Amino acid sequence: MTNSVASDTTIHLSNVVVALGGFPALAGVTFGVGRGELVALRGANGTGKSTLLRLCAGLVPLTRGAAVVAGIDLLVNRVAVRPHVGLLGHRNGLYGDLTAKQNVQFVADLVGATASDVSSALERLGIDQRVASTQASLLSAGQRRRTALAALVVRRAQLWLLDEPHAGLDAAARRELDVILRDATASGATVLYTTHEIDQVVGTPRTITLDGGCVASDVASTIGSAR
Amino acid sequence: MNVALSIARKDLQIEWRTRMLVARVVPFALLVMVLFAVALDSEPLVLRAAAGLVWLAMLFSTMLVVQRAFDIETADAAIDTLLACAVHPARVFFGKALALFVQLFALVVVLVTAAIVLYGVTVSGSRVVLLVTVVISATSGLALVGTLYGAVVANMNGRDSLLPLLALPVLAPLLIGASRATEAAFGSQTIDMANGWAWVGLLGVYGIVFGAAGSAAFSPLTESDS
Amino acid sequence: MHAATAAVPDAAARTGTRTTRVIGVLALATTAFVVVSAFFLTPADSVQGDSVRIMYAHVPTAWVAYLAFITTAVASGFSLARRHRTLGFDRVAGASGEVGVLFMAMTLLTGSLWGRLTWGTFWQWDPRLTTTLFLFITYVGYLAVRRIDTDPRQRARRSAVIALLAVLEIPLVHFSVVLWRSLHQEASVLSPDGDVRLDDLMLFTLFAGVAAFTLIFAWLVIHRQRLTALADIRQTVGLDAAIALRRSETSGVVK
Repeated sequence: MTNSVASDTTIHLSNVVVALGGFPALAGVTFGVGRGELVALRGANGTGKSTLLRLCAGLVPLTRGAAVVAGIDLLVNRVAVRPHVGLLGHRNGLYGDLTAKQNVQFVADLVGATASDVSSALERLGIDQRVASTQASLLSAGQRRRTALAALVVRRAQLWLLDEPHAGLDAAARRELDVILRDATASGATVLYTTHEIDQVVGTPRTITLDGGCVASDVASTIGSAR
Repeated sequence: MNVALSIARKDLQIEWRTRMLVARVVPFALLVMVLFAVALDSEPLVLRAAAGLVWLAMLFSTMLVVQRAFDIETADAAIDTLLACAVHPARVFFGKALALFVQLFALVVVLVTAAIVLYGVTVSGSRVVLLVTVVISATSGLALVGTLYGAVVANMNGRDSLLPLLALPVLAPLLIGASRATEAAFGSQTIDMANGWAWVGLLGVYGIVFGAAGSAAFSPLTESDS
Repeated sequence: MHAATAAVPDAAARTGTRTTRVIGVLALATTAFVVVSAFFLTPADSVQGDSVRIMYAHVPTAWVAYLAFITTAVASGFSLARRHRTLGFDRVAGASGEVGVLFMAMTLLTGSLWGRLTWGTFWQWDPRLTTTLFLFITYVGYLAVRRIDTDPRQRARRSAVIALLAVLEIPLVHFSVVLWRSLHQEASVLSPDGDVRLDDLMLFTLFAGVAAFTLIFAWLVIHRQRLTALADIRQTVGLDAAIALRRSETSGVVK
C-alpha cells in the first residue's frame, strides 16, 4: 500500500473518529509517530487511550478520518497491519496452563522463528530458566508481562503498542521495563505505551496527552524535565 | 500445515497439563451412560438402544469439550496472538479440530467399551472394521462441527446455553447416521451391514461438507471488530 | 482516503411508500378472497371432510417458511460478500428471519392440527414436518444470536455465518430423516395432503393462498427492516451529537 506520507513515519493519524456501538471513543485524533520513537500516551481513564492502541493494531474499524500505520491504510485493509504490530493489552494473550517458554515457543512456531530466537528473546527480557519453566498462571504480573513481550520480540513486531504496561509492577520491575523499552527502540522498533500516571513519563522523549477523545497536548521532553 | 499442527499440539499440551478430559468429561460421559440404563430400566431395551445412547452421550460431552477448547483462547485473549501472527483462519480451524478429534476419539473408545461392559453389547469379526470406520468418521464430523460452532459462540454472553442450541440441530444427521451404522456394527436385527456402510457414506459426506464450510467460515468469524 | 459516515439511504427508512401500500392492499385483497373461498366456495374433501380446509393455511405457510429461509440465506451471503452494504443486507436477513420463524411456527401448528384431525395423532415423524421442525429450532437459535451481539457489524457477520451454515444443514437433515424413516417401512401416505383430490377451484384457492401469504411476508419484512434502518439512522445522527459531547468532556487542557 503506497501512501503519501514520509516513509519513516510509522503512525499517521488525521482526524480519526472511532465509534464503538455508537459511542465515539476517539473524537478526532491527529498525530504522527516516526520510526524508532518512544512515545508515552497519557490521559485519565476513559479518554480513549486503549481504543487508540487497538485502532493502530488494526483491531477496531475506523469510523471517520484517515489512518496509516506501518505504511498500511487502515480504512482499506486493517487486517494487513497486524503482523507488523505487537499489541499488549490489559490481558497478556498467554495460555495460563502452559509454561512461559512454551508460550513463547508457540508464537515462534506460528511465525516460523527458531528455537534460538526463543532463547535469545527470553534472555533479552531477563526470563531465567526457572521462570521459563513455570506455568504462566503462576507467574507474577511482571513476569507475565515480560513473557508477553518476549513473544513480541520473537514475532519481530516493528511497532509495539503497550496498554498500561507498568500497571501492577513494583518500582524495580518498572525500571526494568523502561530499560527494555529503550532497548527495543534502540534495535529499531517503535514503542507507544499508555499510562495514566504522570510520574511514569519521566525520561520518555515524547508525551502525547489525550482528553475527551482528542489530543490535548503533544510535547517532546528534554531530559531532566519532570513533566 | 505446520501451523495447524502447532495449534493442535498446543491444545493437546494444555489438555495434557490440565487433564480436563480424563478428570471431568470422561466421568461425565460414563455417568450419562449409567443414567440412561437407570432411566430406561430394561436390559433388552438398553441393549437395543445402545448405539444411539453412546452417540447421545458423545454429543453432550462434545459440548463440554468444545466450550473448554475456546475458553482457553478467550480467557487471556490468546486468540489475539493468533490473529496478530496473521495465521490463516482455515489453519486455526483445522488445528483446533484436529486436537478436538484426538480428545473425542479417546472418549468414544471409552464409551464403546462402556457399552460392551454395561449394556452387554458384543462386536466381532467383520463388524469390528465397520465399527472402527463409523467411529472415525463420526468423530471427525463431531470435531469439525464442534470447532465451527464453538468459534461462532466464542466470547459471547451466555454461550454455554447457546452452543447446544446451535450445534445440536446441525449434529442431528450425524447422530442419525452414526447411531444406525453403529447399530449395524453391534449386530442389530433391523439393520444389516450393507446399510451400515451406506450410513458411513452419509457420515463421510457430512464430514466433507462441514470441513469445507468450517475452513471458509473461520475467516469472517475470527475477524474482530471491537 | 477518508471514511464516510455510514450512510443509510432514506428510502430504506420511510415507513409508507407507494410500493408497500400497493403490496399491503393486494395482500389484504387476496387474503380476503382466500378466506371466503376456503370456507365457503370450495367443496369439502370426500375422505377428510371439512378438515381439508386447513390445507389452505398449511401449504402457503410452509411455502413462506422456506421462502424466508432462502431470503435470509441469500441476504446473508450478500452481507458477507458486499462489505460496503453489509448492514443493509443484514437488516433484510434479520427481518426475514424473524418473520420466517413466525411462519415456521404456523406451519408446524397447522400441520400438527391437520394430522390430528385426519389421522388422530398430533405428530408424525415424516420428513417434511421433521425438517420444518429443525428449521424452526435452527432459526430460533439464529434469532438468539442476533439478540446477544451488540455491535452491528459483529452481529451481521456471526448471524450471516449461521444462516449460511443452515443452508448446508437443512438439506442434510432432510436427507437423513428420509433415509431414517425409510427403515421403518411406514405407510406411504405420510402427510395429509398426499391424497387430496384437487379440483380447479381448490387449486386456484391454494395458489391464491400462496400469493397472499407471500405478499404478507414481503410487507412484514420491508417494514421490519425499516425499523432497524431507523434505529441505525438514529445512531448515526446521534454520533455527531455524541462527538460534540465527548469533546466537551475535556478537563480544560489547552489543545
